[in-house]
Amino acid sequence: MNNFFLIKYGSEILQRMGEHLLLVGIAIATAILISLPLGILITRQKALRQPILALANVLQTIPSLAMFGLLIPLVGIGSLPAVIALTLYSFLPIIRNTYTGIMSVDPAVREAGRGMGMTDWQLLSQVELPLAAGVILAGVRVATVIAVGIATIAAAIGAGGLGVFIFRGIAVVNNDLILAGAVPAAAIALVADYGISWLEKRFGGCLKNPDVR
Amino acid sequence: MEPQGITVSFQDVGLTVGGRTLLSNLNFSIYTGEFLVLLGRSGSGKTTTMKLINRLLAPTLGTVRVQEWATTDWDVIALRRNIGYVIQEIGLFPHFTIEQNVGLVPTLQGWNSKQIKSRVHELLHLIGLEPGQFATRYPHQLSGGQRQRVGVARALAADPPMLLMDEPFGALDPITRLELQQEFRRLQQELGKTVVFVTHDIQEALILASRIGLMHDGRLVFLGTAEEFLHSENAEAQTFLKPLRTMERWTERE
Ligand SMILES: Nc1ncnc2c1ncn2[C@@H]1O[C@H](COP(=O)(O)OP(=O)(O)OP(=O)(O)O)[C@@H](O)[C@H]1O
Ligand SMILES: [Mg+2]
Repeated sequence: MNNFFLIKYGSEILQRMGEHLLLVGIAIATAILISLPLGILITRQKALRQPILALANVLQTIPSLAMFGLLIPLVGIGSLPAVIALTLYSFLPIIRNTYTGIMSVDPAVREAGRGMGMTDWQLLSQVELPLAAGVILAGVRVATVIAVGIATIAAAIGAGGLGVFIFRGIAVVNNDLILAGAVPAAAIALVADYGISWLEKRFGGCLKNPDVR
Repeated sequence: MEPQGITVSFQDVGLTVGGRTLLSNLNFSIYTGEFLVLLGRSGSGKTTTMKLINRLLAPTLGTVRVQEWATTDWDVIALRRNIGYVIQEIGLFPHFTIEQNVGLVPTLQGWNSKQIKSRVHELLHLIGLEPGQFATRYPHQLSGGQRQRVGVARALAADPPMLLMDEPFGALDPITRLELQQEFRRLQQELGKTVVFVTHDIQEALILASRIGLMHDGRLVFLGTAEEFLHSENAEAQTFLKPLRTMERWTERE
C-alpha cells in the first residue's frame, strides 16, 4: 500500500500541485486582464477585429516546446517564461468568447439601451457584459483546461509543477513517477472544468433563465 | 389643436445607407403637445424616420432639429434622456426585473431608490400590471402583450416631454389595445406630451392622432388631421381607407 504512487510521493505531489496551480492561476488572471479589454475593443473597433484575432490564432498554433524555447533568450528560464507562454495561449479563447458573447446580445436590447440614453460604458457594464458573462466564462474555462495541460511541459524549462514528475519518470522509465504527475494534473483540469461550468450556469444561465437560480 | 411651437423639424431630410435611399425629401414639423401618427406600409420608412429624431440615425441630407438645435449638434445622451422611446422589438433587458426595466432611466438619472420605486409602481398600475405580482418578475415570465406594456412604462418613467413610440400596441389583443389607446390618448392630452407614434393600423391612427403623417417609399405623402385624411385624394391614403370602407359596408348590411 505504501508503494501506491500517490502516497509514496504524497508530500512532493502537494508541493508540485501548488506550483502548478500558481503557474496556471497567474497566467489565467493575467490573460483575463489583457484579453477581456481586447475582446471588448474589437466589438467597438471593427477594423481591429481581424488583426487581433489573427494574432491570437497564430499564438495558439505555436507548439508549446517551441514557445518555451523561443521565450528563453528573451526572459531566461524558470516560471517567468512559463507564465508568459501560458498567458499567450489563453488569449484566443478568452478574446474570441468575449467578442462572441457581446455580439450575441440581442440587437434590440442594445438599441433600447442606446435609445434610452445609456452611455457606451453603461451599456457595456450593465447590459453587454452581464449578458455575455456565461460565454466569457466558457472561454476562461477552455483556456484554463488548456493551460493546466501545457503547464506540465513547463517543467522542461525549470518552472516546476507536476511536469517535474513526468519528465523524471520518462528519464528513469518509471510509470509511477509519470502517474504521480499525470493523475493530479488531470484532476486539476477536471475540477477547474467543473467549477467554472458551475460559475457559468450561475452567472450565465440565471440571466437568461432566472428560474434556475 | 393650436400648434404651441415647434418641437421637431425635418428640413429637406434624406437618408441613404449603402447606396440605398431609405428616406427622401422629408419636410415637416412636429408641434409641441401634438399626437403625430406616422402611418405607412411595412418598409415605408416609419421606424427609420423616428430614429432620426433621437439620433439613432443621422441624416445624410438636410437637418433634423429638436428644439433649436440640429440633432447632430446635441449632446446625444442628453437628447435621448429627454425623449422616451418605445422600440418596435420591445427590447426589455432580460437580466433585469420588470421593476428594474421600468426604473432604468430614473436610475440613470440618479433618482433615489424610494422615488424610483414609487414611480415604477405608479406606472405598473397605469399599464394594468399589478406591481405585487409583476414587479419582481423577469421579462421572459411575461406574455408578449405584457412585455409590450412594460416597454411603454419604461419610456414614460422619467416623464420625458416627448415620446417616440414604434408600434407600441402591436402585440395586444383588440380589447386591451382599445383600452390602452384611450387611456393613453387621455394621458397624453392631460400631460401635454408630444408624441410621435408609428403604426400601420388605420383605425389606431384615426383614434389617436391629432395629425396623421402617411409614409410611402421613404416619403411623407400626406400630412394632416384625421378628418383631412378621410377626404384625401392621395392614392396611398385611399389604399389605407379601402379596408375601412369595406368594413363600413358590412356593418351597414346588418
Ligand atoms: N440599417 C439599414 N440598412 C439598410 N436598409 C435598411 C436599414 N434599416 C432599414 N432599412 C430599410 O429601410 C426601409 C424602411 O425601413 P423601416 O424599418 O423604416 O420600415 P417601417 O416603415 O418601420 O416598416 P415596418 O412597419 O415593417 O416596421 C426598409 O426597406 C428597410 O429594409
Ligand atoms: Mg418599423
